[in-house]
Amino acid sequence: MTPAFDVREAGLLTTIQDVGRPHAMASGVPPGGAMDRFAHSAANILVANERAAATLECTLTGPRLVALRPVIVAVTGADLELAINDAPAPTWVAISLGPGDELRLGPRRTGARAYIAVAGGIAGDRWLGSLSTNLMAARGGLHGRPLKAGDTISTGDAQRAAVPGRGLAERLRPRYADHTLRVIAGPHANRLDAESRGAFYATSFALGTDSNRMGYRLEGPAMRTSGDEPLSFGLVAGALQVTSGGQAILLMADHQTAGGYPVVATVATASMPVAAQLAPGDEVRFAETSVEAALELRAAQRAALDSLRI
Amino acid sequence: MPSPRSTARVRIHPLGDTALLAELGTRLDTALNTRAIALAAALRKRRDVRQAIAGAVAVTVHFDPDQITLDALSAAIRRLATKRPPVEEPGRLHRIPIVYDGPDLEAVASALGMHVEQVVALHGRPIYRAFLIGFVPGWAYLGPLPDELVLPRRSDPRTRVPAGSVAIAGQLTGIYPLETPGGWHIIGRTSIRPFLPDSDPPSLFRVGDRVKFFPIPQ
Repeated sequence: MTPAFDVREAGLLTTIQDVGRPHAMASGVPPGGAMDRFAHSAANILVANERAAATLECTLTGPRLVALRPVIVAVTGADLELAINDAPAPTWVAISLGPGDELRLGPRRTGARAYIAVAGGIAGDRWLGSLSTNLMAARGGLHGRPLKAGDTISTGDAQRAAVPGRGLAERLRPRYADHTLRVIAGPHANRLDAESRGAFYATSFALGTDSNRMGYRLEGPAMRTSGDEPLSFGLVAGALQVTSGGQAILLMADHQTAGGYPVVATVATASMPVAAQLAPGDEVRFAETSVEAALELRAAQRAALDSLRI
Repeated sequence: MPSPRSTARVRIHPLGDTALLAELGTRLDTALNTRAIALAAALRKRRDVRQAIAGAVAVTVHFDPDQITLDALSAAIRRLATKRPPVEEPGRLHRIPIVYDGPDLEAVASALGMHVEQVVALHGRPIYRAFLIGFVPGWAYLGPLPDELVLPRRSDPRTRVPAGSVAIAGQLTGIYPLETPGGWHIIGRTSIRPFLPDSDPPSLFRVGDRVKFFPIPQ
């Protein structure tokens, strides 16, 4: 483990994330992990890391980091005006930094979450098999909390040599600008009345201001459901719940592991990166698809990532 | 031939493209929960299953779609569900001391038309079963509650419920493992913390465990 960066400014919410701890859901612990798994994996592959290595997830406004030694980094996901030593720098490409170089992510242009991967992988506290930060339990990552000014970010040893300049073409990335999420009908889809079901697919929703890594509150037409509340069951990221008050909620990476609200639809794996890049106030729509079509989109995304492997 | 009871229908629904929900029933029932726990345990042994989480009367299964299709896994689950569940070992018994002084205790007694002492006596009488671990880390859905104590959730959920609060809602009771928002009726508190962040697994309770509450003075 070697120090790589001084944290000069932390950004709004910058946390260490990897691919989470899904096995811990059996104890009620959220699976966690990077919200946008595509951007997270791509950043890692670009710097020759394992795709499950930890990255920094930077929310809406990014950090200011100063390199302590030569490092190779890649920034993917949201466009937060990446600058190296105050000069605009490209994202989705591996960049070489020397000691004293400053990496800064500013306010967002598009998207919500940028990922910084560093060759060797970000180091942190391992909790229940994962380096992901869990803020509720205050465990994992950087002592279970977001970065703050004055922290030092360390990395592991790089297993393979990273090549500066390697990039991922825009045509191979998810279509982040298209805020239509593909969804598969959920176990309780038939509990929506006809009018609500029509409105669910025909109307856009806006992300509420209290949306976070646990879930998004969707502001839009009230959803009316009928029937008894289901007994509590295990939930998944991407599940669209409707509360007894008619509020639609989209569960994200740090979701509650069980609940008893009807799940009317579930977002396709391939649309979750787009969901992860929504910010409060953004409009979002839903389009129904089949499991088979969803898996084809998932396979296409994975092929795009596989095309990066050396 | 399988017995009629063991051929009870399993309803399987996709939960996205890499998970499914297998529902064994709709009512809070110890036999159904035993079957759900056994089904989850059997599924966890499969290479194409990543996670299988027992719910009250359902199993949420995360699978690898590169190894098996939803339809093939559904067929396998239906076959597994027709097997007679193994004779259940009694779950571990936890005895939990409670100070019955919760902010909702009097309102609960009044809503149920009984004295506070009766609420305390009824709540401490059964040996509860942990039907499901989840919601927040270490939370155990314990039940069934005596019929006399069944109340809907509070219409006005609290934004902060302290860790260790003991609460009831519907047919269930539980201990808040962390300070979280909550809509259940708080009738008491305990010094026991069901979330053990530095243990693995990090939950004091496991599905199928038994829990007995007993009152202690303040």
